[in-house]
Amino acid sequence: MPSAKPKSFQSLILTLHDYWSAQGCVILQPHDVEVGAGTLHPATVLRALGPKPWNAAYVQPSRRPGDGRYGENPNRLQHYYQYQVILKPNPPNMQALYLGSLEAIGLDLRLHDIRFVEDDWENPTVGAWGLGWEVWCDGMEVSQYTYFQQVGGLDVFPVAGELTYGLERLAMYVFGVDNVYDLPFNDPDAPLGHLTYGDVFLENERQHSEANFHGYDVAVLKSQFEDMERQVPLMLARQYQGKALVLPAYDMVLKASHLFNLMNARGAIAVAERASYIGRIRDLCKLCASEWVAQQEDAA
Amino acid sequence: MPQLLLEIFSEEIPARMQAGAARDLERMARERLAEAGFLPEALKTFAGPRRLTLVVEGLPAAQGDRREEVKGPRVSAPPQALEGFLRKTGLTQDQLVERDGIYVAVVETQGRATTQIVAEMVEQIVRGFSWPKSMTWGRGKLRWVRPIQRILCVFDREIVPFAIDGIESGDQSEGHRFMGSGEPFRARDFDDYRAGLLAHFVVLDVEERKARILEGAKTLCFARNLELVADDGLLDEVAGLAEWPTPVLGDMDPAFLDLPAEVIRTSMRTHQKYFAVRDPATGGLAPHFITIANIAAADGGAVIAAGNAKVLSARLSDARFFWDEDNLSGNFDGWLEKLNGVTFHAKLGTMAQRVARIAALAREIAPLVGADRDQAEKAARLAKADLASQMVGEFPELQGLMGGYYARAAGLDDAVADAIRDHYKPQGPGDAVPTAPLSVAVALADKLDTLVGFFAIDEKPTGSRDPYALRRAALGVIRIVLENGLRLSLAQFADAELIAFFADRLKVTLKDQGKRHDLVDAVFALGDDDLVRIVARVEALDGFLKTEDGANLLAGYKRAANILKAEEKKGALPTGAPTDLTGAPAEETALLAALRAVEPRLAAALAAEDFTGAMRELAALRGPVDAFFEKVLVNADVAAERDNRLRLLAAVRDAMGQVADFALVAG
Repeated sequence: MPSAKPKSFQSLILTLHDYWSAQGCVILQPHDVEVGAGTLHPATVLRALGPKPWNAAYVQPSRRPGDGRYGENPNRLQHYYQYQVILKPNPPNMQALYLGSLEAIGLDLRLHDIRFVEDDWENPTVGAWGLGWEVWCDGMEVSQYTYFQQVGGLDVFPVAGELTYGLERLAMYVFGVDNVYDLPFNDPDAPLGHLTYGDVFLENERQHSEANFHGYDVAVLKSQFEDMERQVPLMLARQYQGKALVLPAYDMVLKASHLFNLMNARGAIAVAERASYIGRIRDLCKLCASEWVAQQEDAA
Repeated sequence: MPQLLLEIFSEEIPARMQAGAARDLERMARERLAEAGFLPEALKTFAGPRRLTLVVEGLPAAQGDRREEVKGPRVSAPPQALEGFLRKTGLTQDQLVERDGIYVAVVETQGRATTQIVAEMVEQIVRGFSWPKSMTWGRGKLRWVRPIQRILCVFDREIVPFAIDGIESGDQSEGHRFMGSGEPFRARDFDDYRAGLLAHFVVLDVEERKARILEGAKTLCFARNLELVADDGLLDEVAGLAEWPTPVLGDMDPAFLDLPAEVIRTSMRTHQKYFAVRDPATGGLAPHFITIANIAAADGGAVIAAGNAKVLSARLSDARFFWDEDNLSGNFDGWLEKLNGVTFHAKLGTMAQRVARIAALAREIAPLVGADRDQAEKAARLAKADLASQMVGEFPELQGLMGGYYARAAGLDDAVADAIRDHYKPQGPGDAVPTAPLSVAVALADKLDTLVGFFAIDEKPTGSRDPYALRRAALGVIRIVLENGLRLSLAQFADAELIAFFADRLKVTLKDQGKRHDLVDAVFALGDDDLVRIVARVEALDGFLKTEDGANLLAGYKRAANILKAEEKKGALPTGAPTDLTGAPAEETALLAALRAVEPRLAAALAAEDFTGAMRELAALRGPVDAFFEKVLVNADVAAERDNRLRLLAAVRDAMGQVADFALVAG
């Protein structure tokens, strides 16, 4: 475990990895499908369901096409990282474990004002909700802390506790940086050279912002969405070794969800249509969730 | 007498639920203790961010013994009845007493130990508590607002032993999350407990936390020659977010002060829960804020102040961005366009359609309130545009207000900008009503469209349910009309059902002012729909009935009306006006003369809407009416005499009926 306070964005991630690894979490890599939030990784949405214990931590790139600002806003990104921890069942000392992680990344809890402020989380596209807080550090939200009650419209038992850290924002706070692009990506004293977050991602933000707002062909997005929508039941109808292909089916749901976000950013979804699209994605997600739970219970 | 102390220690309880939880805990404990036959000397509850606490003084160590007689079957009843009774009471036949041919069981219950009752009570309270939202955690089945960490329960300095869903009771509590020792401490009674909490940096009582916040904030302000902007709602909330509330003053970049003060305050309050401060010299906001930290930090709060200042800067930068974007020229047209895509209500169309309705209505209302038709239509057309603006998207509570700012910036007439700003008013009983004619026209149009629309689709308020705030809208109309003395006929805008709804709201309003609701009914029964006139009548009537003449005339009216009603049942009443019959008793002639004298003067007073004058005219009838009833028999044997007297009474009733329907007046 690194004893010193992290000096860069990447060492902040490594510190969190070390910390949660030491608690017994499996450290996963990001899921390789575009998602809007770390929660949507199958390691959270699917693993939260079913009776088996599960403790995992991972970084997940999150895509919010509508939040792109062409690299010109110091706080807003259309592609950023969330650090996600899922503990099932939630241990009784989960709050203390969480606060320990803040100390690990260098926050002195006797100098800062840490607050648990009511914030009940819900994600209608995956039919999920839970109770918890947003955690404030000196007035800034640094994490979302949730006890999952339902996912995919199904009750979560045992209850899973979820932590989501907005990594860029947390790093900006820890390193006292006002512009996300100025964050030290690696150690400023690195022998092979130092790069900032901007060196790594600024061009990415510019190009994707333009693509999100103006580039994508709406007709193509719509037809891809419908393709994914058709694939989900096909996957669930197909079996291998007596099990429906729920994991590939869930990937299709994620793709559909991302395509919806892209259409939304392109301004192609009227207010009245929004709810119906969200409902379609939720229905697909519920199909996957029920199938997943059935498979978990058969195996248990 | 012994004391009971209970603390349910959990993870952070939402601030908005704490006061209700303290009340519920108190109510449930009182009920359970009363059921057990206890009458405690004192009972008090406390709620804070991580704990709910109950302290009960003066409970006995045990319940008193109870002796109860239960009547059973008759001795002569079939044996099955006796068997059933024995089963029910758990007794044998020789333990029963025979009295008047009936078996009687004497059941003696020994009083139970208070600890036992408390253990059951706590379990019932915890399992039966009703949080606005609750959850389960871990592998447990118990529901609470957030996970329960421990339960302290001591009675007479001893632990009351129990376990609820695996949580065992004890005598330990915990102090502040960061400032305390980090170790639990023991408490065997309330004094221990309170002292332990204080030693571990927890203020138990919410009122003490509030006082601490206000005092601390004012001290900070005083030192910098600033003034705290009071905000009771915010004070309640922040007192529920900190166990050791510690005000910290932070700086705001003065460059933000060119934003509207409402924007700065709303951003501070909704996003950050900061108090604003003002400069007493100018009355305007000062470039500082006060945050209520949950910790007295070693550095005096310097890191906290700096961190919060940075967050506020980011928030206000966002607000500045919205402000600048919203102020770009041509925005109003774009916003109005966007309202086409915003559904107001599935059955009432889009917001754009609503705007068109309000604009047409405002045009219609304008001349009635002294506003220009074109101006009113224009202001109404723009009134909802800011709903599509970025600032209102972020802070919905700034609707109207922002529209007013943006309209002024776009070079629109001040009166139009004011009408846009004020058209939601009055938003509550404490809110002022608009008085400028243009603002009045748009504010009335806005509310009337809401009322007419939701009544048309049968979404009327029922009981405590009023999801579209129609009662508030109706009250708004009433207040605008009355406080501005506007003369208009509601029937122009509302159907009979909606007018009845206004009547109902008006009754509530007048009742709050101490007016009797039967008087409102009596005046409404005349079919008038001019609120100003209705209230003037009610007030005059109220004054009249308080006089001796009024009270007596009311009695005379009722007597006349009863006689007429009884006669009507026997056959049609004679029609036509009463005449001066020769040989009629003097009292009859006098009443007729009085009536003939009063009628034209009454008509003149009513025409001039001088209702107090009208009542005064009626008062002249009191003497003759009383004398008539005392001396004259209405049901005379001679038909012509009887008919004339009935005509006379009907004429009195009708004259009075022009002022109010006295039949509906109680008394």
